[in-house]
Amino acid sequence: MTATEHAPPIEHDPTDHVHEHPSDAQYVLIAAILAAITALEVATYYLDFFKKNFVALLVALIPMMIVKFGIVAAFFMHLKFDNKLFRRIFITGILLATFVYMIVLFTFHVFSH
Amino acid sequence: MTDVAVHHDPAPGEHGWTQTGVSNEKLGMWVFLGSECLLFGGLISTYMLYKRTAVKGPLPHDLYDIPFTSVSSFVLLMSSMTMVLALSAIQRGDHERCRVWLATTALLGAVFISGQVYEFTGFVKHGMGYTTNTAASSFYTLTGFHGVHVSLGIVMLMSLFMMSLRGRLPQQRSEVVEIVGLYWHFVDVVWILIFTVVYLIP
Amino acid sequence: MAIIEAPDSSAPLALPSGGTVSAHQALGVFSRPGQSKGWRSWITSVDHKRVGVLYGASALLFFCVGGVEALLIRLQLVHANGTVLNAAQYNQVFTMHGITMIFLVVMPLGAAFMNYLMPLQVGARDVAFPRLNAFSFWCFLFGGLFLNSSWFLGGAADGGWFGYAPNTNPIFSPSHGMDFYALGLLITGIASTVGAINLIVTVINLRAPGMTLFKMPVFTWMGFVTQLLIVFAMPVITVALFLLMFDRNFGANFFNVNAGADPLLWQHLFWIFGHPEVYILILPAFGIISEIIPVFSRKPIFGYPFMVVSGIAIGFMGWGVWAHHMFASGVGPLSVAAFSVSTMFIAVPTGVKILNWVATMYGGRLHFTTAMKFAVGLVAMFTIGGLSGVTHAVSPSDLQQTDTYYIVAHFHYVIFGGALLGFFGGMYYWWPKVFGFTLSEKLGSWHFWLVLVGMNLTFGPMHIVGLQGQPRRTYTYEKGYGFEFWNMVETIGAFVIALSVLIMFFNIFSSRAKAKREHLVVGDDPWDARSLEWMVPNPTPAHNFDEVPIVTHLDEFWHRKYGEDDRGRAVRIAATADVMQKGDPTGVHLPSPSYWPIVIAASLPLIGYGIIFNLGFAALGGFVLFLGIYGLGLEPSTDPDAAHDHDDHGPHDDGHDEDHEAAPDAEEVTVDD
Repeated sequence: MTATEHAPPIEHDPTDHVHEHPSDAQYVLIAAILAAITALEVATYYLDFFKKNFVALLVALIPMMIVKFGIVAAFFMHLKFDNKLFRRIFITGILLATFVYMIVLFTFHVFSH
Repeated sequence: MTDVAVHHDPAPGEHGWTQTGVSNEKLGMWVFLGSECLLFGGLISTYMLYKRTAVKGPLPHDLYDIPFTSVSSFVLLMSSMTMVLALSAIQRGDHERCRVWLATTALLGAVFISGQVYEFTGFVKHGMGYTTNTAASSFYTLTGFHGVHVSLGIVMLMSLFMMSLRGRLPQQRSEVVEIVGLYWHFVDVVWILIFTVVYLIP
Repeated sequence: MAIIEAPDSSAPLALPSGGTVSAHQALGVFSRPGQSKGWRSWITSVDHKRVGVLYGASALLFFCVGGVEALLIRLQLVHANGTVLNAAQYNQVFTMHGITMIFLVVMPLGAAFMNYLMPLQVGARDVAFPRLNAFSFWCFLFGGLFLNSSWFLGGAADGGWFGYAPNTNPIFSPSHGMDFYALGLLITGIASTVGAINLIVTVINLRAPGMTLFKMPVFTWMGFVTQLLIVFAMPVITVALFLLMFDRNFGANFFNVNAGADPLLWQHLFWIFGHPEVYILILPAFGIISEIIPVFSRKPIFGYPFMVVSGIAIGFMGWGVWAHHMFASGVGPLSVAAFSVSTMFIAVPTGVKILNWVATMYGGRLHFTTAMKFAVGLVAMFTIGGLSGVTHAVSPSDLQQTDTYYIVAHFHYVIFGGALLGFFGGMYYWWPKVFGFTLSEKLGSWHFWLVLVGMNLTFGPMHIVGLQGQPRRTYTYEKGYGFEFWNMVETIGAFVIALSVLIMFFNIFSSRAKAKREHLVVGDDPWDARSLEWMVPNPTPAHNFDEVPIVTHLDEFWHRKYGEDDRGRAVRIAATADVMQKGDPTGVHLPSPSYWPIVIAASLPLIGYGIIFNLGFAALGGFVLFLGIYGLGLEPSTDPDAAHDHDDHGPHDDGHDEDHEAAPDAEEVTVDD
C-alpha cells in the first residue's frame, strides 16, 4: 500500500518495444519503395490508357495511395512496433473520418457520374 | 517521460509514472493526430464536393502542373525519411548527425512550402484567385491548411535544432524528436492523400 | 414519478459515516504551499480542482445570462403579437440563448465535474497536462466573453445556434454577429479539444495501480466517452466554422449558392458534429446520476458492464445518426430511411441505462436527499424527452414536427430535464467534497420541486402547441390559433424555473454563511460513498492523495469499508476514519502555478477581434500567442525552489488547433537536467 511499492503496470503490453526499430539502411530502403510507388503514381498521368479509362485510374491510384499511407504510418510513425493503443486511436480517427465523410459524399452523389 | 525512467523507475503517483508505460506526451500527440484526421477529412471532402461545381473557371484541374507538384510531393516524402533518420541518430546519441537530419528535414519542408507559394502565384496569375469559384476556394483552403501545418512543423524542427545546438536535447529526451516526428509524418501522409485525391484524380 | 413521492428528508449527515468533525478548515480546499490565496492564485492555478471550480462558476454566470435571454423569449411570446422584442432582437436573443446554454453552460458544467472528479476517481494527483488544463479553462472563458461581447459591438449572432449557411452569409446576416459566432465557437472549440486530449490521457495513463478500465467508476467512464466524442467531433465543426469564416470575411464561396455551392454542406458538417455533441452534453450527467443513485440506494450499480458498454455504444452510434436533423432538407429517400433506422436503434443503449438506474433503485434502501431527487428527476424527465426523440426518428412524423415547438419541447426535456438536472444533483452531492460544507437540504428540496414543476410547465405545453403548428424561431404569433393559453402557461413556468434558480443561489450563499457562522465542518464521507474521491478529506487537499491507492475493486472505497458476512450481507469491516487518507502533503510535489495559460488564452479573442475589425489586431494577437507558447515552454514548469525533477507535463499537448503546434518543441527546452 505504500506509494513506493511498484505495482506492475496493468495494461502494459508485453510485446511493447520487443521489436527493434528498423535500421537506417532499412529506412532508406523504405523511402526508396515510397519513391518508386510515387513514380508509378505519376506515371498514370502520362499514360493514355488511364486518361480514357477513369475506373482503371482509380483502381490503380487508390491502392497505391493506401499502401504509401500504410508504409509511412507503420514504419516511419512506428505504429508497427509501438504500443497497440496508438494504433487504435489513429485507426479510430481514420475510420470515423472515412465513414462519416463517405456517407456525406454519397448523399451528394459525388461518386455517381 | 523516458529520461526519468533512465534515472529510476517512477513509482505510482510520481511524475513520469503511467499505467500503460507510454508517456503522456506521446499519447497526447496520437490523440491529437486522431482528431486531425477528421479535420483534414472534412477539408478533403469539401474539395471533392466542389471540384466540379464551379459556374465559372478556371478550375484547379485546368491549371495543375503535375510534373512540378510531383517533384514537391517527392521532396516532402523524402523529408519523412530524413526525419526518421534524425530520430534514429539521436536515439544512438549521435547529436551531430541528428542536427544534420533535422536541418535537412526543415529545409525540405521549406522547399515544399516555397513550391506551394510558387504554384499558388502561378494559379492566381492564370485567373484562379481564392474567391474565383467554389473549387478554387476549397482547393486553396485545403492546401493552405496543409501548408500551415507544414510551416508549424518547420518551426518545431528549427526549435529542436536550436535546442540540440545548445545542448538541451540530450539522448534520453529523444522522445521529443519522436513526437515532433509523428506530427511531421502525419502531415506527410495527409499530403499523400491530397496528391492522389486532389491532383492525380481528375 | 411515483418513486419521488415518498420523500424521505432524513438529513444527509445522518447517514452512517465516519465522524462529523475533522481537522480541516472549511472552505480551505485550495490551500496549497505557496501562493494559495487571492485572485492571483486563481488566475495562475494549474490545480485541476481549482480549474474545475472555475469552470463551474463561469458556467453558472453564463447560465444567468442565458436564463435572462430565455425569460426575454418567454416574455415576448406570452401574448399574441408580443412587442417586448422586435424580430431582429428576437433572432439574436434566441440564437444567443441556444449558443450560451449549449456551449457556455452545459458543456462547461460537464467540464467542471469531469475536471474536478475524473483525476480523483482514478486515483491521480492531477491531470496529465496541468498547465494545458488551465489554458483550456481560460480559453473557454475568453471565448464565452468574446461571444457575448458581440451584444455591444453591433449585434449578436442571429442565425440560430446551428447557424445554417447560406442563411448566415453576409447578405442575410449583415451584422458581425455570425462572425462572432464562428470565431467564438472556434475558440471554445480549442478549449474543449485541449481539455479532452488532457482528460483522455489522464484516464488512460494516470489510473492508480490496479484500476483497470472496468474498475473505473461509471462517471469516469462516461466522462471518458464524452472526451473521446469531443476529440473527434470538434474538428468537424472546426472545418465548418472555418469555411463560414472564410466565406464571410475573405469572400470564399463555400456557401455561395450563386457560385454553385451546396447549402447542405453546412448542414452535414454541423450535424456530424452536432449529434455527437448532444451526447457530449448528456453523458456527463448520466455519469453523475450513476454515482448518486447507487450511493443513495445503498446498492452497487446494477449491471455495471452494461452501463459502461451502453455508454460506449451511445458514443459510437452517435456518429451514425446525424442526418435525422436533416429529414426535411431533401437528403434523399435512401438517407432518410437509413438514418431513421439508426436513430431508432440508438434508443436501445439509452433504454438500457434507464433500466439499469431503475433496477439499481429496485429493492434498495432509498434515501431521498436532494441529490437523489435530482437523479430520479433526470431519469423521469429524460425518459419523456427520449420518447419524444423516438418520434422524430419516424421521418414522416418528423416532417410534421420539424421547426415547430415540438422539437423545442424535446430537446429541452433532454438537455434541461436530462443534463441540467443531473448537474444540479451532482452539485448537491459533491458540494461537501469541493467546499467542505453541505448545501441546505430544505432549500435544495424547494429548488428541486420548483425546477421540476417549472420545467414541466414550460416545456410540457410546447409539445401541444408544437403539434398544433406553432413554429419555433419566430418572434410572434397571431391570435386565434389556440396558442395563447399554453404560451401563457409556458411563460409562468419559465419564471418558476427562474425562482428555483434564485433559491439555488440563495442556498449556496446562506449555507456557506451558516457553515462559517456555526463552524460546521462536514465530516469525511458524509454520504457513505463508494468511489475513491471520498477517500481523501473534505475539502480535497491540493495534492489529492497522500499515497496513491492500490485498487482491487470497482467501488474501491466501499470495499475498504464493507465486507460480506456469511449470508452475503454487507457488514462494516473498517471504520471510515481508518480507511480515509489523512491529507498530509509530505513528500508530494505539485506543478507550480503559471501565468502563461491565461496569456495564451487571451491572445485568441484578440485574433478574433482582429479578423472581424482590423487585421492588425490579429497580427498582434498572433504575436502574443507565439510569445505565450514559447513562454510556457521556456518557463520551468516547477518552481526552481521545489527541488525535484518534476516537470508537470510536457509538450505534446500542442495541437488542437493549428496555432499550437509550436508548443511541443518549445516546451522541451525546460527540462533536461
